[in-house]
Order: sequence, then structure tokens, then C-alpha cells
Amino acid sequence: MKSLLAVYRRELLSYATTPIAYVFVAVFLFAIGLFTFQVGGFFESRRADLTGFFAFHPWIFMVFLPAIAMRLWSEDARSGAIELLLTLPAPTWALVAGKYLAAWTIAAIALALTFPLWVTVNVLGDPDNAAIFTAYIASVLMAGAFIAIGSAMSALTQSQVVAFVLAVLASFLLTALGLPIVLDAATGFVGGGAAEALTRLSILHHFDAAQRGVVEVRSLIYFLSLAALCLGFTWLAVDARRGA
Amino acid sequence: MLLQVEGLRKRFGRRNAVDGVTFNVAIGEIVGFLGPNGAGKTTTMRMIAGYLEPDDGRVRVDEIDVAEDRARAQAHIGYLPEGAPLYGEMTPWTFLRFVAEARGLAKNEVKPAVLKAANDARIGDYIDQPIDTLSKGYRRRVGLAAALIHDPMLLILDEPTDGLDPNQRQSVRELIKRLGADRALILSTHSLEEVEAVCTRAIIIHDGAIVADGPPAELAKGHADGLFGAFRKLTGAAEAA
Repeated sequence: MKSLLAVYRRELLSYATTPIAYVFVAVFLFAIGLFTFQVGGFFESRRADLTGFFAFHPWIFMVFLPAIAMRLWSEDARSGAIELLLTLPAPTWALVAGKYLAAWTIAAIALALTFPLWVTVNVLGDPDNAAIFTAYIASVLMAGAFIAIGSAMSALTQSQVVAFVLAVLASFLLTALGLPIVLDAATGFVGGGAAEALTRLSILHHFDAAQRGVVEVRSLIYFLSLAALCLGFTWLAVDARRGA
Repeated sequence: MLLQVEGLRKRFGRRNAVDGVTFNVAIGEIVGFLGPNGAGKTTTMRMIAGYLEPDDGRVRVDEIDVAEDRARAQAHIGYLPEGAPLYGEMTPWTFLRFVAEARGLAKNEVKPAVLKAANDARIGDYIDQPIDTLSKGYRRRVGLAAALIHDPMLLILDEPTDGLDPNQRQSVRELIKRLGADRALILSTHSLEEVEAVCTRAIIIHDGAIVADGPPAELAKGHADGLFGAFRKLTGAAEAA
């Protein structure tokens, strides 16, 4: 546990002392604002809610969160610092968890900094704050799943760029499975039932209900298990270095 | 015996990087690993430190099997990896604190341990400078301090003086001598004079196997060029081939 905390604090310190986290948060906020106002039609909709804001989260996350997670393992493998980590008297899972939680914390901070939007809709009208809160919770959990995908890809390579591209690709596939166009196409190949089942595996499907403020325990479990699965994979990939 | 290494083997692809290495090291011994590049020194040290898992063979540190109880064995080992990798954006102070915390030192032990290790490794005034801005010699010392922070019984140093200037080399050698007095210490080096100057014992590795093991003076005996002559004779075939 001590090593987990030490790794967590070190990673946070590293995000704080290098420009990457600041640049990330700034560009993330800019992008999410751009989408919400320009594409989502925040004002034009004339409704005091944040559906136009949350709808873009999966698509923005799939590009931004791999950028936060890409350095987690690949950078240490490149610099050799991974040798320091793996010779600490600590279980590998604690290292994996410490790094993961630090990246997730950065994502959660970025998300928390969108609070002015929440304040704005409250000034402009009378939104369903419970629904917004629910959507935020789902969004944080979804971010956790995206970060875990990024962590797994980062453990596979010494190159941050490769880790980033792989993570964006995996995230895109998992998200796009839920698009109607994919559902229609898949129905033609594998039949409606199987296509429907495929859709249920998608990030989009599970975020869809949540962004409207409906908490489905199934969806929360989905995000948590997706994260757990990817972290388990990260653990295996890191431990495989010992045998390499 | 503090360290027992028995029949250690490691393959990379079709090549036997380490091919049946066996030796023991007692407290008070300073063992110099010698051998041409690619002989298997680093791989052997990595397996002892628990970074790589051997394909075959056993490593025991204070009777603890590294493969069976890795974390408990690693608690007794201080390890300086080849090239002394560090986190460049940190300062020696934050880096050493991280290592101390990650090694599970109690809260009130962290600061004294960092100060003592930094002092032993003579980091001095540079403790608050980003590691990336330090010279190679100072970075090596920070790596050494990190290996010392938990006062381990076994120290494994992979080329601790590589790339240092003569003054830095001298101070690291003095440090090694001091540290080796009451623990077991293994270091790898390409400098034969270093082995003669600091080591109580030399192990020459060639093609993944030990070809000589004994006090440096004894290995040098009977060779016109001393230890260099012995080294050439035992490992020179690779160059000729």
C-alpha cells in the first residue's frame, strides 16, 4: 500500500512538474467548450441542461485521455526507470494501480474544471441537477475506463506515440460499436440479436443512458469492469518484462 | 552466505545469455564482475535483483528465494541498474524520498534515510536541482544513494563508475570500499585496475559462464600482464573469432 501511494504521488508530481498535464487540461477544456457551444448548440437549444455537453465526452475522451495515459509505462521502459520500479519490494499490481490512479486523477481534475458550465445552466434556467450529477459520475467512470485502456497500451511499447495511437484506436473501436451505423451494418452480417449484443459491449451504449441522468447499475459495472480488465492486462504486460 | 546463486540460466531467443552461473557471496566481500560486453554480467545482476526471472536456477538472499518471495528478498537488496536510470524531472531530494517511501520506510524514517544516503553518496549542494540538469557523475551518485536508502545487506552495482571522470571515480571507489565493509557487494566494471583497487574477489564471466573466480592478485598470478593478461587469455577468444 505504501508503494502504491508513493508511486501515485510520484506520478502526480511528474504531471505537475512537466507541461503535459497543464497543456492537456487547457486544450481539453477548450475542445469541450468548442464542441458544447459550436457543435452542441448550447444556447440555440434554449434548454437549461448539459446534454449537449455530455454527448461529446466519449469522443473527446478517446483522443485526450490516451494522451494522458500514454507515458505511464512506455516512458519508464524507454528511460530504464522501469528497472527501478520492478526492483522495489512491491507487488506489480501496486505499481500498476498507483500509476493508473494518478492519470485518472488528472482526468478527474480536468472534468471538475468544467464546473462553470454547470453553474451557467443554473443561472440561465432550472436544470435537473441530480441528472447532471449522475452524468458527471458516469463520465468520471468512463474516463477511468479510457485511462485503463491507455495504460494497457502504454505497457506494450517503449514509444509513447505508438501507445497513444493504439489507445485511440482501441478506444474508438469500443466506442463506435454503439453507433447506429455500426449496428445496422452488423445486423446484415450477424443478425439482429448478435449485433444488439455487440452494441451492449460499447462505451457509447453505456454512456448514453447515463448522460441523460439515468443511472444504470449495469453501466457503472460495465465501466468498472472494463477498467479492471485493462488494468489486469497492464499487470500481465508489465510482469511479462521479468520473463522477457 | 548472504547471497547464494545456483545454476542460473537465461536464454534470449536462441542465445544463452547466462548459462549455469553458480557462486556465493559473504558479508564483507566486494566482488568485481568482469567480462567482455555481452558476457552476461548485466543479465546475471538483473536476475539477482529480481528484475528478470531466470529460466533455471536459484537465487537466495539471506536464505530467501528470490523467485518464491521476491518482495521480501528485494527488501534486502540495493540495486543500481546499468546507466543509472532516474526520473529526470525530479530533484535528488524528491526522487530519494520517493524511493524511500516506495520501499515502505516508516514516515519518520524517510527524511533521515534520505539525508544519510545523500550524504554517503556526496550529493551535497545539488539536492534540490532537477536531476536532468546534473552532470553524469552526480546522476550516478543519485542512483547510488537510491540503492543505499534502505541500508541493504546486499548491494548490486552495475557499472557504478562508468562514464565518470577520474576524481568522481575515485570518490565512488572510496564509497564502495566503505560500504563493502559490512555488507555483501557486487559490482560490474570494465576497469581491471578498479577491481584490483577495490575488490576482494573477482569473477570473470565469458559467454554466460564463470571462467575464473578468486582474489584479483591470485587470478593475476602467472600472467606477465597481471589481471589484464588473465582477462585476455580467458576471454580473448571472442575478439579473435
